[in-house]
Amino acid sequence: MKHNYDVVVIGAGPAGLASAIEAKKAGAEKVLVIERDREPGGILLQCIHNGFGLHTFKEDLPGPAYAQRFIDEARALGIDFMLDTMVMEITPERLLWLSSARKGYFSIDAKAIVLAMGCRERTRPQIRIPGMRPAGVFTAGTAQRWVNVQGFMPGKRFVILGSGDIGMIMARRLTLEGARVESVLEVQSYLSGLMRNYVQCLEDWNVPLHLRHTVKRVIGKNRVEAVEAVAVDEKWQFVPGTERIIPCDTLLLSVGLIPENELSKKAGILLSAVTGGPVVDQNFQTNFPGIFAAGNVVHVYDLVDYVSEAGNQAGHGAALFANGTLAKPQKSIKVNAGKNVRYVVPQFLDPQALKDEAIVLQCRVTQPIEEDVWFEVRSESQSIVRRSDRYARPGEMVSVKLTPSMFDDVLKAGELFLDIYAKSEA
Amino acid sequence: MQNNAYDIIIIGGGVVGSMIARFLSRYELKLLLIEKETDLCMGASSANTAIIHAGYDPLPGSLKAKLNVRGNAMFEQLSQELGFAFERSGDMVVAIGEEEWPNLLALYEMGKQNGVPDMRLFDADEVKRREPKINPSAIGALWAGTTGIVDPFQATIATAENAVMNGATVLFNTSFEDFIIEDGQIKGIKTNRGYFRARWIINVAGIYADAVMHLANSNPDFKITPRRGEYYVFDPADVQINNVLFPVPSAKGKGILVTTTVHGNTIAGPNAQIIADKEDTATTAEGMQEVLEGAQKLVPGINPRFTIATFAGLRAMGNAPCKTPGVDYHADFLIEIAPEIHGLINVAGIESPGLSASPAIAEYVVELLKDAGENLKEKSDFNPIRPARPRFRTMSHAERQALVQTDPAYARVICRCENITEAEIVREIHAPIPATTYDAIKRRTWLGTGRCQGGFDMPLVTQILARELGISELEVSKRGDGSRFLFRRSKDIQEGDHEA
Repeated sequence: MKHNYDVVVIGAGPAGLASAIEAKKAGAEKVLVIERDREPGGILLQCIHNGFGLHTFKEDLPGPAYAQRFIDEARALGIDFMLDTMVMEITPERLLWLSSARKGYFSIDAKAIVLAMGCRERTRPQIRIPGMRPAGVFTAGTAQRWVNVQGFMPGKRFVILGSGDIGMIMARRLTLEGARVESVLEVQSYLSGLMRNYVQCLEDWNVPLHLRHTVKRVIGKNRVEAVEAVAVDEKWQFVPGTERIIPCDTLLLSVGLIPENELSKKAGILLSAVTGGPVVDQNFQTNFPGIFAAGNVVHVYDLVDYVSEAGNQAGHGAALFANGTLAKPQKSIKVNAGKNVRYVVPQFLDPQALKDEAIVLQCRVTQPIEEDVWFEVRSESQSIVRRSDRYARPGEMVSVKLTPSMFDDVLKAGELFLDIYAKSEA
Repeated sequence: MQNNAYDIIIIGGGVVGSMIARFLSRYELKLLLIEKETDLCMGASSANTAIIHAGYDPLPGSLKAKLNVRGNAMFEQLSQELGFAFERSGDMVVAIGEEEWPNLLALYEMGKQNGVPDMRLFDADEVKRREPKINPSAIGALWAGTTGIVDPFQATIATAENAVMNGATVLFNTSFEDFIIEDGQIKGIKTNRGYFRARWIINVAGIYADAVMHLANSNPDFKITPRRGEYYVFDPADVQINNVLFPVPSAKGKGILVTTTVHGNTIAGPNAQIIADKEDTATTAEGMQEVLEGAQKLVPGINPRFTIATFAGLRAMGNAPCKTPGVDYHADFLIEIAPEIHGLINVAGIESPGLSASPAIAEYVVELLKDAGENLKEKSDFNPIRPARPRFRTMSHAERQALVQTDPAYARVICRCENITEAEIVREIHAPIPATTYDAIKRRTWLGTGRCQGGFDMPLVTQILARELGISELEVSKRGDGSRFLFRRSKDIQEGDHEA
């Protein structure tokens, strides 16, 4: 079996679906989406809460409904889907090896590829919680799949470690399902997810949040019986005397997401040490010509609407590349994370592509600032654009738009920096 | 009850118990192996460095030294017959600083006395050439070419499976409670699942072997002290070393080592903490720090951020005196026909190098039985071969294409980090020794051991286990009934749930 496609998208989550749709609209003839699950939609399928689509559709949709709009559009456009199929390998020459219980084990060729594998959750060993290793320590996303897709409750009495969005959303979900959520512990002094999730999922349901707290020890031989919680200082060291045993049968972890890049890594695609995702330009093209990346595989987003936008851009670029109309980048303008910025995406701008389309730089702040702030893009010596906001929080992505009127300054700068700082410091 | 009568009962389903079962299954004997847990390989056999030691470390003259060197030599053939992963990788004991050199030479001398083949001394350049990431203060190393790395789970399970293929019975969830003693002779055992009669009982109860023998008034002074060891497993994408690396041993033991594994991960550990509780396999913040520092002494670039898993296990440190005259050593293996009572063989105090020695221990037990006048007749139809089942993850594209032709479920990847397929899982559930828990599948296939630590596969494996075993997903567990994953269906809110 041999297939040739113009654009092959790996992953049918929000980034992949948007990429495929935009690739088709931009002129790619044969577009294929490959998905390892049996249905398209990605993690949205287990996100049955609302809050999706406020930007894209000006509507407040649950995850599966948001996904369905894209699935319907993709089907109507005649985009091919291969479901229940896993991509085992990709090569720089854009050959893909696929494994499918329905179609067998085979390879296909693509003129352009969009990586849209999403992300995965950090696990217990990655944050090294000592103690026993019983059943009942799950990531929030695993629990979410069990409750919302498979219809089972993985515990009765929960402690949640980490104030990530999935953890907070699960606190509400589990409470609604009759479980008791004892508390949410967060090692940092600030929330790691969205404020709206804190209000709607914890505060409204009387689930206490303890900042600067963590789990010192898991107790229980076969099933979790309790956790030992402890306060930490600013260096995350345990504060002696603050230990407290919290009886529970389940510890959920919501301690961060990591872009899923096993395929990219094996293919030799250049990854950023900070984001864990591929280094990309404004078309979301990786260092390998014709291989694009979009969504949480590049960096972890806060809202799905922005993931879909990224998918649009990557899909557009992929279609142009497949049709031979995307010029090969000659040189690039580096975009650096400046003051109090953890990272910026894209990491590079292709100067030839700085034409009529605005470019959005996305970034995350390192330390929270709870006062009026500037987000500023500059050259080594000179400000190019800045916009203000009421705060900057690590849980919320920050975007700064570069419009065509600024492109002359960008080209002159040769290298960009993005800073975030309090107005009072300016 | 005729059905409950055996020639020999083996208490304990670790690697040594499994090896004994397999070596005895060659003979016309009715064999039973009982294990209190839900699977094989759940004690010390599951928590170690997975190294087949060369044998330079145990004191010359000790049973540990003799059986280590002999056992090591048996692994090649054994791994081929039983289809488990084994590589003769060699190892380096690395001296960091001049002051460690004399102890390194002493180790070399012990190795020669123990009859360890293929040992050499390397200078600093050779050490760095073979292991570029080594501590730059390394001044040289002792090389032992016969050291190997193995998958201890596969080794245990494949071995026991071959015993079952040759007629042995394995019973899980069956815990020894007492001996049946008649006329001063052992006639069988009492368990939580009833009485089993046998002419011989082989006590391979690991950390509990002392308690078992004491119930027959055997070796009242023998005591097992649990020694806990903690370990890190690192992501192969972040840490790649080429060798099995030991520090120069000190009075505290072999020390914290850094080793490659047959799965490509790097492991660091263990430390050695004497503890009281034989069930306490908890990791500790202090212990993990100790292991990290020990590992960084050998490979300074190791960063805890690369951690993919941590674990701890207990070693069964005994206090048996070495039986060789003139050798003053009081932590030797205790492998004997119990002198106090007829019908009991003790195999106790099997700490390191227990995994390496395990086939030689089994051979030794066979000899003890022959010496005791047991007339062991070889079966005409003994089959020493247990074919390895296909492993999708290690195959080439062409091999995978051929494999999925035999069963399309080989093309459905369930564990996305380690690329374990549905057909592999199903085959383990229906193997001669069925995998009935999540961890049992993990031990056999390496599923769930990667970067996501089972986060994606756990709900899927739960479904597969329920379907294949004909049970509810609510009954699926991590490692037995006390460790079920799920409590009830959602929407099925019970009275009182909110007051829990």
